[in-house]
Amino acid sequence: MRHGKYPFVVGFLAAPVTLYLVFVIAPYAQAFQISMTDWRGLSAPNWVGLDNFRRLLDDADFWKAVQHHGVLLLALPLITIVIALFFAFLLNVGGKSIGGQRQGVWGAKFYRVVFFFPQVLAVAIIAVLFQMVYRPNESGLINGVLMKIGLDPILFLINPNLALWSIIGVLVWQAVGFYVVLFSAGMASIPGEIYEAAEMDGATRVTLFFRVTLPLLWDTLQVAWVYLGIAAFDAFAIVAVLSVDGGGPDGATTVLAMEIYRNAFVYSKYGYASAMGVALFFLTITFAALTLRLTKRESVEY
Amino acid sequence: MSVTPENPTELSRRTVLRRAAAAGLLATPAAGLLSACATSGGDEKTDDKPATGTKSATNPLGVPEDAPIEVVIFNGGYGEKYATDVHQPLYKKAFPKAEIKHQSSQAISTILQPRFASGQPPEFVNNSGEKMLDFGALVADGQLYDLTELWDAPSVDDPAKKVRDTVVPGTVDVGSFNGKPYVLYYVSTVFGIWYSGKLFKDNGWAPAKNWDEFVKLCDAIKAKGITPYGYAGANAAYYQWNVILTHAAKIGGEDVLKNIDNLEDGAWQVDAVKQAAQAWAEIGAKYTDKSFEGLKHTDVQLRQNQYKLAFYPSGDWLEGEQKKDTPEGFEYQLMPIPSLSASDKLSPAAVRATAGEGYFVSAKSKNPKGGLEYMRQMLSVAGAKGFTETVKAPTVVTAGSQGYAFPPGVASSQAALAAAGKDVVNIYFDGWYKELDKEVRTATNELMFGRIKADAFVERIQKRADAIKKDSSVTKFKR
Repeated sequence: MRHGKYPFVVGFLAAPVTLYLVFVIAPYAQAFQISMTDWRGLSAPNWVGLDNFRRLLDDADFWKAVQHHGVLLLALPLITIVIALFFAFLLNVGGKSIGGQRQGVWGAKFYRVVFFFPQVLAVAIIAVLFQMVYRPNESGLINGVLMKIGLDPILFLINPNLALWSIIGVLVWQAVGFYVVLFSAGMASIPGEIYEAAEMDGATRVTLFFRVTLPLLWDTLQVAWVYLGIAAFDAFAIVAVLSVDGGGPDGATTVLAMEIYRNAFVYSKYGYASAMGVALFFLTITFAALTLRLTKRESVEY
Repeated sequence: MSVTPENPTELSRRTVLRRAAAAGLLATPAAGLLSACATSGGDEKTDDKPATGTKSATNPLGVPEDAPIEVVIFNGGYGEKYATDVHQPLYKKAFPKAEIKHQSSQAISTILQPRFASGQPPEFVNNSGEKMLDFGALVADGQLYDLTELWDAPSVDDPAKKVRDTVVPGTVDVGSFNGKPYVLYYVSTVFGIWYSGKLFKDNGWAPAKNWDEFVKLCDAIKAKGITPYGYAGANAAYYQWNVILTHAAKIGGEDVLKNIDNLEDGAWQVDAVKQAAQAWAEIGAKYTDKSFEGLKHTDVQLRQNQYKLAFYPSGDWLEGEQKKDTPEGFEYQLMPIPSLSASDKLSPAAVRATAGEGYFVSAKSKNPKGGLEYMRQMLSVAGAKGFTETVKAPTVVTAGSQGYAFPPGVASSQAALAAAGKDVVNIYFDGWYKELDKEVRTATNELMFGRIKADAFVERIQKRADAIKKDSSVTKFKR
């Protein structure tokens, strides 16, 4: 097999690498180039050096968006992982022990499918669905009920203190299903004997979870955290469709991608928007590098 | 870590996941950097000059008779039928040898931005809708053909009359940037506060002329369990800043708006704007529904059609837009914004009126003269009449809507426009400075839904206006 290995490998790689270079790497490089111009999307751009980045420093909307990413970055992975872990634990090892094998709660197979539903819906559809859920008047799903029983409606997307959390709620709702499945797969590969041994030593379900499941699931958790962190740097579709006045009220829910969209396609400031894109690129890279480094620890071999 | 077919064991589930995470890393920022497309072709110098034909009495602009022309129409509220059934046959009649390539879209910038970037724009464009190209940027980049030739050309119906004399006064100015006409705004639009003639008749209410009457009327409406006033905060806050600024012009005179458009120092902080903002903030606090901030314009307009909302600010496209949902006998009526006090500079009948729906000719297209001629045909009496009959909206052509029976709403707005006489104002800054428009929208929601006071309202907008004035990268316009 050694013989003729390289032509074989090259033959397989040529097409995907070319596609990747043309459609991913080249636009990246070009975005860096455009970020140093004043391009308006019509005529040829002029070179302005680092001017756009200097502007970013005193752009209040940009910093507001960065701040929101900070909140998202803490809240989204944390809430999603906690909920997903809890569900995954219940679905896999939360039930009775039959013949020494831990089982999920009753109906686990059904729940697993249901939890995954949000994942198969397009993001835009989810945003439109939640427009109905959050609607501030009597035709809203939640407020309709509240108003029927004589309570004041909750202004989910209008109250500036509540708006971002309402958006986070949607993001979590959408993400949980996927991570339940991911963690379930992780848990399924933990050998049953370990649970059995722990139980014989008198471990409760809580101890089982914290002393057995969690440490053995560490690698999967780490991946989930990186994924969700990256999702926290996006959130564009939900914010664009769901929020009031495109990231409002008064920028209370805006994110970088929203600002990029606005600067490029509303203000025709493609150069400046690209500078924001470059900033977002470095933020995401930094986050991922940090997370992978900080969460590095000996994985348990079994 | 090389994974070759010789040692496949290294490829465990976890390394796959980790690699997938790394790949995801590279994929997500790409969404943010999507704006990357070719920037190169924009300033390509084409050697072949735009084609011209011989000028004659029937061809005053010198259009090459057999040159094709490409027409792009925004397929929105007015549809595209008026172009294919009225204007294009007129052009074809004048130039039978010319071929017309018709295209329509709901997202003008999506289909045209790449064409401009590559230096091959279509001749004639109806630039409108949510995804329209930024006129300011088009002008600044020299993409638009100067329309002076068109306005000075003899009109189709009367060769002794120039085209500019066949349209409503102000039409040329509305489409001018720093004094040069670049855009043809074709549809005559009057703004005001709309109510249902039926609802008011049934309850014995009369539209208010001054502020006291207006507040009393709002009380009476509220007592009936109907929301007196409202606009959609989620996506149509500019309907409301339009009211506040028109009101400010009424209080302080037309110069208030002129100074705002020209980014004069302190233009927003004058008393007239503050008083108008304060008056409307009170209406917002007492007579509107908090939930409207989270609703889209279609939702709020529907509530008016259901007689759950009395007053709604809009332009006179409203009646046509709501045709499907308007109950029998609803009868849209326009009320000019009530005067604040007896010392107002403009009459209580003053309204904001403008020409809407922009059309332009691309400077870098192959047959710009053809584009101009297309506009000249649109501005003929036959072109204007055909448009009005097809979409039920008046055009800027004075003779175009004579003798046409408009539905009640447009009839009332046309009457209001006539009653306003000289006191017709207009606002331009939102088309020139999109960033200022965005700031005023945001501030208007903050004001109307009670999070800031009038002082803070004018202050924060002034701050943004000053920043735009100082920003050398923004092309400035004056009127």
